[in-house]
Amino acid sequence: MISAPDVVAFTREEELEDDLYREPPLPEEYSVPLFPFAGQGANPWAKVAGSKFTRDFILISEFSEQVGPQPLLTIPDDAKVSGTFDLNYFSLRIMSVDYQASFVGHPPGSAYPKLNFVEDSKVVLGDSKEGAFAYVHHLTLYDLEARGFVRPFCMAYISADEHKIMQQFQELSTEFSKASECLKTGNRKAFANELEKKLKDLDYTRTVLHNETEQQKKANDKGYYTTQAIEKANELASVEKSIIEHQDLLRQIRSYPYRKLKDSEFHPYEPECALDRADVGSDQDPAASDHAEPGETPLYTHMPSYTPKLIKAKSAKCFDKKLKTLEELCDVYFFTQTLDQLHHIERTFRGDVCYLLTEQISRALLKQQSVTNFLFEDVSFLDEKPPEKQYRGCQGLGQDAIDEKCSEESLAPKVVISLGSYKSSVECVPIKMEQEMEDSEEPKMSESVMSEPQENLDYLDADIKGSISSGESIEVLGTEKSGSGLTKSESQASLPVMPSPQAGRSKVGSRRTVSEDSIEVLSTCPSESLIPEDFKASYPSAINEEPYVDDDEGGLRFTPRANPGVDDGQDDISKQESLVQVDAACCIGKESPNFLEPLPELGQKPCEEDGVVRIPPQPYRPAEQGLRGGFPSHDGLSGGLLPYELDSRYLSGSREVSKSSLDECSDSTSYMSSAASTCSDRTPSPAHLGSAAGERHRKRAGQNALRFIRQYPFAHPAIYSLLSGRTLVVLGEDEAMVKKLVTALSIFVPNCSAYAKPVKHWVTSALHLVDFQKWKLIGLQRAVSPAGVNVLHALSRYSRYLSILDADSKTLRCPLYKGTVVTRLADHRTQIKRGSTYYMHVQSVLTQLCSKAFLFTFCHHLHLPISERESEESVVSRRMNFLKLQLGLVNEDVKIVQYLAELLKLHYIQEPGQGGNPLLRFDYVPSFLYKI
Amino acid sequence: KSSVQTIGEEQIQNPYTELLVLKGHQDIVRFLVQIDDYRFASAGDDGIIFLWNAQTGEKLYELHGHTHKITAIAPFSSSDVTEEKTDLIITASADRTVIVWDCANGRQVQKVSCFHSTVKCLTVLQRLNVWLSGGSDLCVWNQKLDLLCKTSHLTDAGISALVELPKNCIAAAVGKELIIFRLSVSNSGSEGWNILEVKRLVDHQDNISSLVSVNDLTFVTGSHIGELIVWDALDWTKQASECNFWDSSVHPDVQPEIKLSQSPHETSVQHLTSDEECVFAAVGKGIYVYNLQMKRVIACQRTAHDSSVLHIEKLPNRQLISCSEDGSVRIWELREKQQLPAEPVPTGFFNMWGFGRANKQANQAAKKMHESTPVYFLELVGDLIGHSSAVQMFLYFGELGLATCSADHLIILWKDGERESSLRSLTLFKKLAQSGDLQLRL
Repeated sequence: MISAPDVVAFTREEELEDDLYREPPLPEEYSVPLFPFAGQGANPWAKVAGSKFTRDFILISEFSEQVGPQPLLTIPDDAKVSGTFDLNYFSLRIMSVDYQASFVGHPPGSAYPKLNFVEDSKVVLGDSKEGAFAYVHHLTLYDLEARGFVRPFCMAYISADEHKIMQQFQELSTEFSKASECLKTGNRKAFANELEKKLKDLDYTRTVLHNETEQQKKANDKGYYTTQAIEKANELASVEKSIIEHQDLLRQIRSYPYRKLKDSEFHPYEPECALDRADVGSDQDPAASDHAEPGETPLYTHMPSYTPKLIKAKSAKCFDKKLKTLEELCDVYFFTQTLDQLHHIERTFRGDVCYLLTEQISRALLKQQSVTNFLFEDVSFLDEKPPEKQYRGCQGLGQDAIDEKCSEESLAPKVVISLGSYKSSVECVPIKMEQEMEDSEEPKMSESVMSEPQENLDYLDADIKGSISSGESIEVLGTEKSGSGLTKSESQASLPVMPSPQAGRSKVGSRRTVSEDSIEVLSTCPSESLIPEDFKASYPSAINEEPYVDDDEGGLRFTPRANPGVDDGQDDISKQESLVQVDAACCIGKESPNFLEPLPELGQKPCEEDGVVRIPPQPYRPAEQGLRGGFPSHDGLSGGLLPYELDSRYLSGSREVSKSSLDECSDSTSYMSSAASTCSDRTPSPAHLGSAAGERHRKRAGQNALRFIRQYPFAHPAIYSLLSGRTLVVLGEDEAMVKKLVTALSIFVPNCSAYAKPVKHWVTSALHLVDFQKWKLIGLQRAVSPAGVNVLHALSRYSRYLSILDADSKTLRCPLYKGTVVTRLADHRTQIKRGSTYYMHVQSVLTQLCSKAFLFTFCHHLHLPISERESEESVVSRRMNFLKLQLGLVNEDVKIVQYLAELLKLHYIQEPGQGGNPLLRFDYVPSFLYKI
Repeated sequence: KSSVQTIGEEQIQNPYTELLVLKGHQDIVRFLVQIDDYRFASAGDDGIIFLWNAQTGEKLYELHGHTHKITAIAPFSSSDVTEEKTDLIITASADRTVIVWDCANGRQVQKVSCFHSTVKCLTVLQRLNVWLSGGSDLCVWNQKLDLLCKTSHLTDAGISALVELPKNCIAAAVGKELIIFRLSVSNSGSEGWNILEVKRLVDHQDNISSLVSVNDLTFVTGSHIGELIVWDALDWTKQASECNFWDSSVHPDVQPEIKLSQSPHETSVQHLTSDEECVFAAVGKGIYVYNLQMKRVIACQRTAHDSSVLHIEKLPNRQLISCSEDGSVRIWELREKQQLPAEPVPTGFFNMWGFGRANKQANQAAKKMHESTPVYFLELVGDLIGHSSAVQMFLYFGELGLATCSADHLIILWKDGERESSLRSLTLFKKLAQSGDLQLRL
């Protein structure tokens, strides 16, 4: 919606020359010069030529106590993916960075072995020789037969794109934590099972031994013990000791705090556990391994009752035993769950980082538009818990990286500038905290913010210095532990991590110094919140000018801001974005200044001409406070009307830009994508987390829609019908053809609620009024049978509620349309060639419509009289004036916005729990028959 | 081919631009009855009674108790001096029971099942705080469902309609006869009531199909063959009558609509309604407006619908709504026409041919009369198409809209889209204000 993924850059090419000189030339700042090395057929998007694998994959490795580090499996499980990449070598690399002290044994003060509930460590490492960068997630599983009861494993997300790993660190971490937690849960279960069986074995052995000893005692009445008897007694004693130890282990594993799998933010340590852990020090438990019977690998099939076996005292050699597989370790169910999760991760992070970021941005923005987003977006995924944005700085770091790269690689200074400007919008405040602040201490906040940063910076600096000084080839700068510690202190202090130019500099330095080593550990959780030094330079004006000083007093503030001083740049940018995209925040958050003096405000935008192209991938801002959450009182709004400037200028401006860029770029992008080869695969990123199907659908729908627009000259009235809530029936004999048309048109159908898309692809029976309530786009079979007559009869009966597109005779019967919105939406001369691009174009136009509908719906004075004495007529005329003059709507466009507004109202009023009665709105307007 | 007037898709005056479909019934919905300003009940052949909110379309209660179809329903608000007003509804069913329901909680208050035949009509005498049930006999009940008195067995066919007349009288339509009963408190007992037959009126040639009280002085009956008789409510004499046999031949100006398949059904007076001046009759497919003062039909629409008109109602704003077996609801406006001498005026009432009892003199007289008086006509201002089967009845809720019920098991609430839209805005801003308050408090 917000941006098209295939609009990556605009490159001038020969073939476009014709089009270019006909249209007004593109402003200089939008054009990116040709990639300097384009001559050799190089792909400017190919970042690392040296990588030996074709696309990102996930590798699970184990540090086997028998053979050392070994790769276990890859996801996707396809030899082509890893290619010539040396998995063994890389396994060694990733296993060797596991710093964690994860072993079990007799702590000095304790008689029994202690299990150590080791937390996972998360690091990023790079191997420049292999051209591989990896997010590595270490975890430890328990195995009764393993040394120290532990089996170290790791899961790694391997990509050729370093920046991808860096920027997606938090997301990767969240997702992998889920996978890891799933594995560990299964493992605990399996381990407890194993222990129980072992206990039964031991118990049985003890009984047997005991009986034997008794028999010997009886048989032997000589008064002294034979060596045999002594041996037996020793054996018995050791079995008993072993029982106690195993019981203790069982108790420990069972006392493991129950946690929800889904909760990715838990802290695994119970206080006493943490204490215990400190004491853990010694080796493995000799008794346990002594008595382990290697031949008897407990079976994990669920047996109704377990027959205890005798455990022999003699233990086999360590290397003879067959270690359990990962599947055995974790219980089949959990293992498959984990694999599912890993596949999910693989799908989620597939594609270029640019796609991922764009997707995240639009998702974050969408989420903010809690009032309007249901209309044209698939918002079901918004219900998913978003990845926790705890370390905002991680994004900043990644941003920095991209910037550097851009300044190094591309020689266009303009691009750098624009990147620099958006960088300023990198949000440094963790979401979690912001919510806290929202809740409670908005006034206090700025004080605490002002007082704390210095301390924080020191902390960061110290951390970074440490990392620089280390000359090791492997540096682990950050782990979850230190990261979480930091977070805790942050949230206690209610302190946002402030961007620090100084820290940024040193950070950059550190990266450079390490780069000659083959393994670079790049991730630094604590120092992630760094913003490079050019951060400030990019928005100098924004700091000095304080457009929203009044906000605090006015009480109209929409989003609590962490720090007016520093965040102002971000505000500014975000405001521009709001204006460009006219999202929810535009109207509500900054309404009162706009009302009072809009023009100066617009005038001081540093780069307002940038339009849509100026929104490059950037880590998304923390979700602003949703509209639903807290809405400012609207009393201030009734004063005047929104100036026309606000809307028309930005909307039309952005439209022009987006249109041209979309049109021109589609070709070059498609060329690019076909030429693309190495590093991250070129398959477009999934539409959103976990729904590749959505993306495919969009693409297909977009393509079909394009075809529809080109084929049918009466596409406009058809689309208008859909947008104005008039049910469109696609009538035809051929099911495939009808379904295709329905798919094509479905992208124009506003949703009535968040859950059901009112589209029915194929119906064979006669329609009823209820159907028009439920569905706004219906594919209907035309049949020759008597039933078919009924169908047609029903159509003519309800013709006033319907527009009918006859796919067979290529006619359309529907009301007249003379507006402009649909013309823009569906220009049959459009040069957009790709379905997904067209889909994005549609989404952007529809988003503009949504924002208009939003403004219209939530402007108090448009619906209610300003004073008691005001007549209904004057309100109506004001409303129409607003629609026509302020929103610039022509003729039937008014109806579209009114319909959308009605949907917004219904959605907003509706109580979350109840579905509400679907209602059918209609107009008594004459229909016309269109023919090709 | 059809002479039915159509209006097309552009209906500027039609205010109903939004509809809500109320689902719940599993069979034909035949009755809608208003309970108070915002609630109504619906009942039909499935024996279930639903209570609805007319504003939101919300289903309030579902009343189960009858095992057969509902044959009559009447609202009954009992208001004792001490108690608060409670809204009750009385329903009669083909299972020979009558149940009284409390609308406030949807519970069954009481059930009577001592009937010998199906109760076909119910009427409430609010003034006396009693209600009457009419089947094969007429019973009088008080609010506590004590049988006060009853008539002897009248007819097997049962009473088809009841209407309250002044002076504690009741008119009951029994077949072709109209029987007037008087209700009196008997001298013997304190709670004793008596019902006495006072008069039998046998002026109708065919079964009386509708019976409506116009005001304290007049009531009107209509019969299956299209007779309309205006009665004096005090002395039960015939004030005027319109008969069905105005031969279309005496109206050369009216294009003959002679259909060979004409059946008595098409002349049947299905429903009557009235305001102070006029009686509106749904006759066959047509609608006729009979002016009580002028004692003649002042306007008509002979084929208002494609098939029989089942229910008509007069709205305060000179509009008339009719619903029909063809599944449509039409809105008419009674307009005064500038009289042009050359223009033929449709004056005929039942322009059916047929029974050879033409009253040409009356017709001629009427024709002469209205040359000097304003002429009215019914103009179609809108139609509502939604039901897929016969619309049995509708209920006009003023600005809340219009509820229609139909044989397709549905009830549709038709609403003024503009009004609903502004109401939603109002709700929206109220909700905003609430959440705004919430935020300030934090």
